Amino acid sequence: MKLRRDVFQAISDPTRRAIITLVAMQAMTPTAIAENFDSSRQTISKHIQILAECQILEQEQTGREIYYRLNPNGMKDIADFIEPFRQLWDKRFDNLESIMKSKIISSVRLKGSGHEHKK
Amino acid sequence: MEQKTKVFAEDGKQEIQITRHFDLPVESLYNAFVDKDLFAQWMGSDLIEFEFKQYGKYHFEKRNPKGDVIFNGKGTFHGFIPNTSIVRTFEMDVFSLPAQLEFLDFKSLTDETSKLTMHVIFKSVEIRNELLKKPFAQGLNMAHNKLEEIIKKV
Repeated sequence: MKLRRDVFQAISDPTRRAIITLVAMQAMTPTAIAENFDSSRQTISKHIQILAECQILEQEQTGREIYYRLNPNGMKDIADFIEPFRQLWDKRFDNLESIMKSKIISSVRLKGSGHEHKK
Repeated sequence: MEQKTKVFAEDGKQEIQITRHFDLPVESLYNAFVDKDLFAQWMGSDLIEFEFKQYGKYHFEKRNPKGDVIFNGKGTFHGFIPNTSIVRTFEMDVFSLPAQLEFLDFKSLTDETSKLTMHVIFKSVEIRNELLKKPFAQGLNMAHNKLEEIIKKV
């Protein structure tokens, strides 16, 4: 249970989500990750540490460098990872709903009769 | 409070079901999936192709400021019944996972509310689980907006 809460906490932060985005495509060193951000190296290191503790990122030693990459097996069973997946769709659908609501309002205003058609 | 969006992923099955109730007439909901501009807007992606017709293809992607593709989706519309259903295939080549088959069912609940059921079928249980394990990477297009803001500041 602790793991799940930690994972949600980990992905709730925009900087951490941005870090996940970066390493999702390729393993990166902490220095390379930090170069993408405004924040101090220490702040970024802290974020990386939290992600590693939650097993979202895993370390990979290549020569003298440590690389971080996304750990797809970080969460053990479906119940643990389905919630972020659900939230992803929930946000997309919230977006859909608000965009379509605004279209309905503007089309009602334009036509004045509530007779709505797509443009 | 009851969740508006629900995801059902039974153990050992190579499919998932996503359901969602919308405060929208079913025509509006359906339109959001078939209108090129609206689809791009709510998915937060750039459309490269979007031909809504039987066997028409669609292709959207999201790039980072450096121009690398960080999220994409491609597929073909196989069939549709207006305001009722869409059958399409979908694949994301950024993850190198096989294509999936999606059955979208639209149902009117009242004049102002509707329900969407997405039934997604994968090549295998393992592939399904692998996709579900990439919720963060799947959310790239959303995280990306934040990333873009951050990178612009640099």
